Amino acid sequence: MHWLTHPILAAAFALTGAHEHSSLLSNRTRLRGLALLIALLVPALALAADRVPKPDIIIDKPGQCVEDTATMRRGHPDMLKHQRDLTVREGVRTRQYSLKGCIECHASTKTGSVLGDKGFCQSCHDYASVKLDCFECHSSKPKPASEPKS
Amino acid sequence: MSTNEESGISRRGFLAISSATLGGVMLAPGVRLIEVASARVPEQAASKQVRWGLLIDTDKCATGCDDCVKACATENGIKDTGHPRTDAQWIRKVELKDGRSGRTHSVPVMCQHCERPPCVAVCPTGASFKRADGIVLVDRHTCIGCRYCMMACPYKARSIVFQDVTDQKPEVPRGKGCVEGCTLCVHRVDQDRQPACVEACAKAGHNAMTFGNLNDPQSEIAQRVAKFSTSRIRADLKLDPGVHYQGL
Amino acid sequence: MTEFSVYCQLGGTDRRFWGLMAWLAIPLVLGAAAFLYIEHYGHIATGMDNQIVWGLPHVFAVFLIVAAIGALNVAMAASVFGKADYEPVAPLSALVSMALLVGGLALLMLDLARVDRMMVAMTHLNTSSIFALRAVLYNGFLASVAVYLWFLLERRMNRYVKAAAIVALFWQLLLATGTGLMFGAMVARAAYDSVLLVPVFIAFSAAYGTAVFILVLLAACRWDSRPIAEELLRRLKNVLAICVGASLYCAALFYFSKYYVARSHDVGQFLLFDGGVYTALLWLGQVAIGGIAPLALLMRSQVSRRTVAAAAGLVVLGGLAQVYVTVIGGQAYPQILFPGMIETSSFFDGEVHPYKPSLAEALFGLGGVGLAVAVIAVALRALALLPERLDQMTRPQA
Repeated sequence: MHWLTHPILAAAFALTGAHEHSSLLSNRTRLRGLALLIALLVPALALAADRVPKPDIIIDKPGQCVEDTATMRRGHPDMLKHQRDLTVREGVRTRQYSLKGCIECHASTKTGSVLGDKGFCQSCHDYASVKLDCFECHSSKPKPASEPKS
Repeated sequence: MSTNEESGISRRGFLAISSATLGGVMLAPGVRLIEVASARVPEQAASKQVRWGLLIDTDKCATGCDDCVKACATENGIKDTGHPRTDAQWIRKVELKDGRSGRTHSVPVMCQHCERPPCVAVCPTGASFKRADGIVLVDRHTCIGCRYCMMACPYKARSIVFQDVTDQKPEVPRGKGCVEGCTLCVHRVDQDRQPACVEACAKAGHNAMTFGNLNDPQSEIAQRVAKFSTSRIRADLKLDPGVHYQGL
Repeated sequence: MTEFSVYCQLGGTDRRFWGLMAWLAIPLVLGAAAFLYIEHYGHIATGMDNQIVWGLPHVFAVFLIVAAIGALNVAMAASVFGKADYEPVAPLSALVSMALLVGGLALLMLDLARVDRMMVAMTHLNTSSIFALRAVLYNGFLASVAVYLWFLLERRMNRYVKAAAIVALFWQLLLATGTGLMFGAMVARAAYDSVLLVPVFIAFSAAYGTAVFILVLLAACRWDSRPIAEELLRRLKNVLAICVGASLYCAALFYFSKYYVARSHDVGQFLLFDGGVYTALLWLGQVAIGGIAPLALLMRSQVSRRTVAAAAGLVVLGGLAQVYVTVIGGQAYPQILFPGMIETSSFFDGEVHPYKPSLAEALFGLGGVGLAVAVIAVALRALALLPERLDQMTRPQA
């Protein structure tokens, strides 16, 4: 990647007319050049993708998830958002799609949490670079076994 | 005329049967709902038929007793960081003294779960809301932390979380920047249990707090409110709180 | 035959202007840093607690918004009520109004304890909440004033100026009502709980807005050494005097009503006599510095830029004191749960709540003020909003 950046940056510098009296290129030419530049950059960035290692998703406990993997991956934000409104606003507390249910299954047996370096939620979210807002309020650990099950 | 009377069911009989059927059809859902109110399934939504309330007999509340306060803190994971001005307090004991007569009371005060809550009216995002069964809650997903509900509450019922929270109870999510207050232990109520404060008070033998459905005339709380003289805090504001007090 | 004033941008060398921006960068950068600090650590970094929930940033925000509402009055006088003498300064009035509102809004939005949910705030509006409706009111106000300003500057649209001005006037009134009701409808706090706060806020807005407008006008003209006709100055001086007088009257009415009516007598007693810092700010700040002293300066028959500027400055200081008493003092006085009883609790029921702002929130509040001033400076430099000379009246004097 790095061997691509220098000539690209130089071309960008020239095209955007960083020096004021550039009458060499008309405005239209400059715009077209810039568009071409961006089009060239995109595949360069895509090639960089394999620098980041894929997340290590550890599923400790046996059993099946409430939906298949593909559905869960794509649909879990909507699922959680829909369920949360049902639970909070209407008091519907189905265990199947509840966040607590997810955590009870997916919490790591070592750390007891879905967060942390190899945590189930965190490892994928770190890779996808999507901020996890849930656990500012929600506990990332299931209820301790000593307390009565709700 | 005479042929109708002879050929089977009379008009009176028809009316009797049809009204009985109609009555049965109309009453049956009602019967079902009353059944339902007393044994709740998790999948079931909160119902408008129910109005949860509290009755507190202040004659049984001793100065210096804070079992309800401690139980609330334990149940909801509220930690004492040693900064009372910024620590959340969902319930507190207010010590009262009449300036003239000298009579004293010790009163637990929490969110009054009003029928017409000012906190719900002023919330800009609708995060502060009243559930169908009368419990006033904060939807922490939508709360933006503007604190207007805290300004508008006459009972100073709400607190805002000033710092990061860790080790939350799984049933009681709470976090920095959101406003919170007494939830009437909604996570317990939805499992047909009592709020932690009421349970603790009963367990300690004081029996000052009663929890129940104000709309159900058979419930203990409704019967007591009908029998004894009870008052509500700042009743003049006409907010119709769900918390009744005896002995004030 | 009307003469058209020639409008031009703020003059002076680039270097001089960037020097001004460097000075303005100080509150802006410090304010931004303070905001990031508060956002990261939570509101524990401020002096606010569960008793005083709206602190110094809200004081600055409310002052800026109230002043923004009133700063448009000069433009409205020109375009709606036909006072031709104010026409040359109508664009400046519109700009000051918008800039002050932007500053105040920035403070309000950034003071949210969950700023990351700003999108939620903008997309979920509880229609029964005056606070939520203010989001609509602010944007409507900004949009209508922007359109009005555009019509003023664009020669082809000049004939629609009056229509645009009437729309802006309508939004101005709505916003003033909403802001006043936001406090006035709060039955929970004895210091508010009065619809009187709506006309009181309108009077205050006229005073603070006109004062800030005068200060900006004099500063801009001084920057460029642009002359101002004594007649214009005299009119502005008189307008400010009337607004200050009206504010004093409205304030007196409000506090008197609190004191006189038995239901609210205790809070009236607190604010007027027993409130410590709030009483001092009320009498010394709002009444003396913000009312009597400016009136004394403004009632003099001779007009000079210096006295008018000094009076306007005093009105601004008095205004800040008044907003502090209203916002903080109103929270310092406890909510009374059991009238007639002495209350004590672990949650500070029944006692006056202390408040000490932290450095972070003070810097943050000042950052909002800096933002408003920076917007004005940049706009005046980039756009031709002020006439070259203000010593020619557009119509001959009768």
